[in-house]
Amino acid sequence: MTGLPWLTILWLGPVVGAGIVLLLPHTQRALAKWLALLISIAVLAVTLVVAVGFKPGGDRYQFVESHRWIPAFGAGYTVGLDGIALVLVVLTAVLAPLLIIAGWNDSADRPRSTHIYVALMLGVESLVLLSFVALDVLLFYVVFEATLIPLYFLIGRYGGGGRSRAALKFLLYNLFGGLIMLAAVVGLYVHAAGAGNGTLDLRNLLSTAHDAEPAIQKLLFLGFMLAFAVKAPLWPFHTWLPGVAASAKPATAVLMMAVVDKVGTFGMLRYCLQLFPDASTYFRPMIITLAVIGIVYGAIVAIGQVDVMRLIAYTSISHYGFIILGIFAMTSQGQSGSTLYMVNHGISTAALFLIAGFLVSRRGTRLINAYGGVQKVAPVLAGTFLVAGLATLSLPGLAPFISEFLVLIGTFTRYPLAAVAAATALVLSAIYILWMYQRMMTGAVTDGNDRLRDLLPREIVVVAPLIALLLILGVYPKPVLDVINPAVDHTLTTINQHDPAPKLIAK
Amino acid sequence: MSLPAPNVEYAQLSPMLIVFGAAVAGILIEALLPRRARYSAQLILSVGALVAAFVAVVLLTGHYGSAVMGSVTVDGPSLFLQGAILLAGIVAIAPIAEHRLTAFAPQGSTVPGSLEEQQAARGGFIQTEVFPLFMLAVGGMLVFCAAADLITIFVALEVLSLPLYVLCGLARRRRLLSQEAALKYFLLGAFSSAFFLYGIVLLYGYAGTLTLSGIADALDGHSGQASLAVTGVGLLAVGLLFKVGAVPFHWWVPDVYQGAPTPITGFMAAATKIAAFGAMLRVFYVALPSLIADWRPVLWAIAALTMVVAAVLTVTQTDIKRLLGYSSVANVGFLLLGVSGAPAGLSSTMFYLVAYGISTLGAFAVVTMIRRPDGEEETETLRWAGLGRRSPAVAAALALFLLAIAGIPLTSGFVSKFAIFQAAASDGAGALMVVGALSSAIAAFAYARVIVTMFFSEPCPQTPTAVSPARPTAVAIAVAAAATVLLGVAPQPLFDLATQAGPFLR
Repeated sequence: MTGLPWLTILWLGPVVGAGIVLLLPHTQRALAKWLALLISIAVLAVTLVVAVGFKPGGDRYQFVESHRWIPAFGAGYTVGLDGIALVLVVLTAVLAPLLIIAGWNDSADRPRSTHIYVALMLGVESLVLLSFVALDVLLFYVVFEATLIPLYFLIGRYGGGGRSRAALKFLLYNLFGGLIMLAAVVGLYVHAAGAGNGTLDLRNLLSTAHDAEPAIQKLLFLGFMLAFAVKAPLWPFHTWLPGVAASAKPATAVLMMAVVDKVGTFGMLRYCLQLFPDASTYFRPMIITLAVIGIVYGAIVAIGQVDVMRLIAYTSISHYGFIILGIFAMTSQGQSGSTLYMVNHGISTAALFLIAGFLVSRRGTRLINAYGGVQKVAPVLAGTFLVAGLATLSLPGLAPFISEFLVLIGTFTRYPLAAVAAATALVLSAIYILWMYQRMMTGAVTDGNDRLRDLLPREIVVVAPLIALLLILGVYPKPVLDVINPAVDHTLTTINQHDPAPKLIAK
Repeated sequence: MSLPAPNVEYAQLSPMLIVFGAAVAGILIEALLPRRARYSAQLILSVGALVAAFVAVVLLTGHYGSAVMGSVTVDGPSLFLQGAILLAGIVAIAPIAEHRLTAFAPQGSTVPGSLEEQQAARGGFIQTEVFPLFMLAVGGMLVFCAAADLITIFVALEVLSLPLYVLCGLARRRRLLSQEAALKYFLLGAFSSAFFLYGIVLLYGYAGTLTLSGIADALDGHSGQASLAVTGVGLLAVGLLFKVGAVPFHWWVPDVYQGAPTPITGFMAAATKIAAFGAMLRVFYVALPSLIADWRPVLWAIAALTMVVAAVLTVTQTDIKRLLGYSSVANVGFLLLGVSGAPAGLSSTMFYLVAYGISTLGAFAVVTMIRRPDGEEETETLRWAGLGRRSPAVAAALALFLLAIAGIPLTSGFVSKFAIFQAAASDGAGALMVVGALSSAIAAFAYARVIVTMFFSEPCPQTPTAVSPARPTAVAIAVAAAATVLLGVAPQPLFDLATQAGPFLR
C-alpha cells in the first residue's frame, strides 16, 4: 500500500477529471455533472484509503513523496500528511461531492457553461487538497495563490447580482496578501540560502528559520500572517467576505468559506507558528486581541443583518476568530480545539448556508423579512435549518460545541480575559441564530411563502450527511481528536511552548 | 599608414550573417522578382533564415570567444539572448505575415485618405518590404546583445532602431496615429542616441579605448578623471534606459505601442527588450563592474520608480495596447531589479526576458484577432463586454497571458518574478522586492478588470468578435500559451540553460 503515491493521486484525480469533463461534447451536460460527481466520490474513496492507512502515533508526516522540482529555488515537489492536514483533507473530500450535488442546477443554459462550472469546482478541490499536503513552502504558496483563479471565475461568472464587483474585490484582497507573502517566501529562502541551507522544504527549513535575527523573523512572520489573515479572514481584513457570500452561488460560497478559507488558518498553524515561533509569541497578544474583536464584532454585526447570506458570512467571521484564538493561545487544548473547529465549522456552515441557499433559490430574495412561517409549509427544510443553526451557536450535543469549548478552556489557561470576552459570543450567537430562525421560520405564513416546496430528494441527499456528521461528531469526536492531538503535540514541541500549569487560587 | 585587414570569424558570426544576408537578399527580391511572387519568396526566405540562424546559435554552444578584432563577443549569455531573439522573431513573424500583411498599409508612401491610397488598396498592393525591414531589425538586435565595443553597440542600436521606426508607421488602419507614433519614436530615439553617443565620447576620453574590456581595465587602474567616466556612464545609461522604456524615459512607450501595427508592437515589446537588456547587462558587467557602487543605487531608484509609476498608470488605461505598453514599462522595472542584482541575478534576468517575451508576444497576437465588424482592431477594452461568451478560446488565451504578465502562480510570470525577487533580495535590495510586490498588486487590478469585462459581463451589440486566425498565427499563439504554462510548472530546464550560459566573457 505504501508503494502507490497516494497523495499525488489524491490531488491529481480532480485535475485530470476536470480535464476530461472539459473534453466532453458540449451537449452532454448531464454527463459532465455525473462524471464530476463520480470523480469527487472517487477522490473521497482515495481519501478514505489514506485515512485508514494513516497511523496517528506514527511519524509526524506520513505518505511522504519527494521529487526535484525547481532546484534553482531550492523547491521540491514534497508532499506529506500529518493529523491536522488529514482531517482537513477529509473535510474537503467529503464536502466536494455534496457541493457538486448542491450546485446541480447552478450553471446557466449556455454551451459548455456546465462543463466549466464543474471543472472549476474540481480544480479548486484539487488545489486545496494539494495545499494541505504540500510540505514545500513554494509548492504551498503556488497552490495557495493559484486557488484564487478558479474561485474568481466561479464567483464572477456564476454568481448573482454584484458578482463581478465581489469577485474583483475578492481577488484583489487575496492577491495583495499573497504578494506580500511572496516577498516573505523569497526572504525566507534567501535567508536559508545565506545560512547554507538553500531549501524550501518545511522540514529542513525549521532550524535555519529559528536562527534568524528577531527583526527578520518578525518581518517574515508578518508577511505570511497577512496573507493568511486576509484568507481566513481575521478582523479587520474580512470585508471582502460578506460580499462574496451574498453574490456567489451558495455552493461556491460554501466551497470558499468552509474549505478554501481553512487554508488560511491551516497556514497559520503550520507555517507562521512553526517557522517563526519567537515572532509568533511576540505578536501573540496582538493577534489574540484581533481574534477576540473579530469574534465579538462578527457576532454583533451578524445580529444586525437583513440579508440571510450576509448574516451567515458574519457568523463565519466570528467563528474564524475562535479558530485563530485557539491557534495563537498555543496550548494543546486550544490548538486541538481549533483544528477540530475547522472541521466542524466546515460542516455546520455548509449545512446552514446550503439550506439557506435552497430556500433563497425558491423565492429569489435573500432578505430575512421576506420570509415567515416557513416551518409550516416546509417542515423538513425548517427542521434541518434549525439543527444547523443550533450547531452554529454551539449547542452541546452538536459538533461545534466541543471545539468551541476546547478553544475557550485552552485560551483561558493563558489569557483568561480573552477567553471571557470571547465567551460573550456564546450569548450573541444564540441571539443571531434564534432571532433569524424566529423571523424566517416561525409565526404565521407570510405572503409569498405559502407555496414553498419542502426539500427535494436531491437537496436531502446534500443535507442529510451534514446533519448526521454534526450529530456524530457532537457526541463522539474521539476518532478525530486522536488524529489531531499527536500533530498538535508535534507543533507545540516545534515551537517550544508548554501548556501553562492550571492555577488554583488559594482562598 | 596601412590599415590591417580585419580577421573575420565567419563561423562565430554565422547567426548574424545569416539574418543580415537574408535581409539583403530580401531587398534584392523586391528589386528583381515580379510583384505577385514577392510575398511567398520573402516569407520563405525570412522564416528559413531565422530558423537557420537559430540552428547556428545552437551549434555554436560552447564555442565561445571574441570575433572581428574584439568587436563582437560570442559567449553563453549572448548566445542565450540571440536564441531568444530568434525564437521571438519566429513567433512574431506569424502575426506579421498574417493574411498577406493585412496589418500593414498597402503602400506606405501614399498620403492617408488620399486617392492613391484607395487605388493601392483596390489594386491589392502589399508592402512586402516589411520582411527585409524586419530581418534588419532582428539582425541589429543579434549584434546589439553580442557587441563588445561601444561603437559596435551604437551601430547595432541604430541598425535595429531605424527599421523599427519605419515599421511603426506602416499600420493599415488609423494611419495618422501610426505615422505620429513613428515620428515620435524616431525623434525621441534620435535624441536618446545622441545622449548615448555623447556617453561613448566621454568614456573614450576617460579610457582611451572603446572596447568594453579596455574600459574595465582603465577603471580598475584608476587612471584619468573619474568624473568623466561617471558622467559618461550616466549618459550611456540614459540611452539604454530610453530604449527599454524605463521611467522617466518611458513617455514614448504607450503612444508607440498604440500606434504601431499590433504585430510589430508585440515584436518590439518582446525582442527589443531582450536585445536592449542584453546590451545593458553587458555594458554594466563587462565594462563597469568597478563603478558598481555608483550606478547600482541609481538603477535601484529607477527600478522602484518604474515599477510604481507604471503600475499606477497601467490601472488608468482602457485601451489594451496602451495597457500592455504600460505593463511592459512595469516589467522593465522588475528587469532592472534583476540587472542591479546581477551577476548572480544574470540567469534570473535572462529567464525573465524569455518568459515575459513569450507572454507579451502571445498577448499582442491575440489582440490582432479582436476586430470590429468593419475589420478594424477593437482595442478599447470597455467595449469588450462579454467577449468571453462570444469568443471563448481567444478570451481565455488573452486571460492566460494577462495572468502571466500579472505574475499569478502556475504561469511563467510567477516563476520569473520569484527569480528576480530572489536575486534582488540576496543582493540587499529586500525593500525593493516589497515595492515590487506592492506594485504587482496594483497592476493586477488592471489585468483583472479586463478579465472581468471579458468574462463576467453580458455581451452587447458592439462587442467585437475574434476573427479566426490563419494557421501560423494560431500555432504561434498556442505555442506561446503552452510555453507560458510549461515555464510556470516546470521552469528548471530553462533555468539550467540560463545558468549554463555562464558569465559574460571579458
